[in-house]
Amino acid sequence: MAALSQDRNLLAVIGDEDTVTGMLLAGIGNVSQNQKKNFLVVDSKTQIPTIEAAFEEFTQRKDIAILFINQHVAEKIRPMVDKYQEPFPALLEIPSKDHPYDPSKDSILKRVHKLFGE
Amino acid sequence: MALTNTKLRLKGAQTGHSLLAKKRDALTTRFRAILRRVDEAKRKMGRVMQLASFSLAEVTYATGDISYLVQEQAKSASFKVKAKQENVSGVVLPAFEVDRVSGSDFNLTGLGRGGQQVLRAKEVYAKAVETLVDLASLQTAFMILDEVIRATNRRVNAIEHVVIPRLENTIKYITSELDEMDREEFFRLKKVQGKKKRDAEATEAARKNKEAAELVEVPPDLAGGGGDLLGSKDEDVIF
Repeated sequence: MAALSQDRNLLAVIGDEDTVTGMLLAGIGNVSQNQKKNFLVVDSKTQIPTIEAAFEEFTQRKDIAILFINQHVAEKIRPMVDKYQEPFPALLEIPSKDHPYDPSKDSILKRVHKLFGE
Repeated sequence: MALTNTKLRLKGAQTGHSLLAKKRDALTTRFRAILRRVDEAKRKMGRVMQLASFSLAEVTYATGDISYLVQEQAKSASFKVKAKQENVSGVVLPAFEVDRVSGSDFNLTGLGRGGQQVLRAKEVYAKAVETLVDLASLQTAFMILDEVIRATNRRVNAIEHVVIPRLENTIKYITSELDEMDREEFFRLKKVQGKKKRDAEATEAARKNKEAAELVEVPPDLAGGGGDLLGSKDEDVIF
């Protein structure tokens, strides 16, 4: 696992336009030689299979350490997100501008609360 | 021999059990601390992201929509993370560290107007992402610890409820068998002793009888010797 986590140094994001723009402004954007981006903009026209494919790709890639996903986007592919249990890349659900953060929907917080016995 | 071996194994199992239990306790303590921090950080994240969105809204207000421009300009990441490791009683926990190279990306964004807002948004978002990275490393630690604690718990329970009782049963069986053998041996020895005693008595009795018989069976007329063979005539003998 030590060697595994060493090569991972990129961040990836799946989210709405504003979130992705902000993240890119912070400087996480990366386009590899074969034109693979590490971000995906989801708007109302984006098909769910596209999101699923991107999620699949980002979780399979070996150079991504953390994957950010907007909570309302995660909601669309909830079964996949809940099924995802790997420590690498770390999956983080983040709030977006139009959708305030709801802790009760977060798959990690769900587990946290389950462990706290609430 | 087998008893000694099994006893040694039982002792080993007990030591292992106590060690694992200690490990589990240490991990659980750590886990609880992380749990609390995850909860806190997740809530904090909500606020931070709100601030960040707000600053981006300012940018949009000042310069117009820059999202397309930004998305097209992204080439290589200047905001990366480095994974470093932390060791909690034999469990490697990764922690992400922000590794920021001051890139020249988007330097021309907002050149016309709103450059200040763009800069500010960049800073705010960088801070927000740092928070997110912290949260992510907490969360990863949380996931790994959860997994490890579960595995440790399984092993503790397996030792406590399967291995140790089995060894104890083996020891009990061996001891009972040894006791049984002991009793049998004792009984056998007793039997042998009894038989020997009886034999001894019998020989003693026989000897005494014989002695008595010898004493009785010696008549005085025979004691004198064989007698005169020539004195009596044998009818069969013809000379």
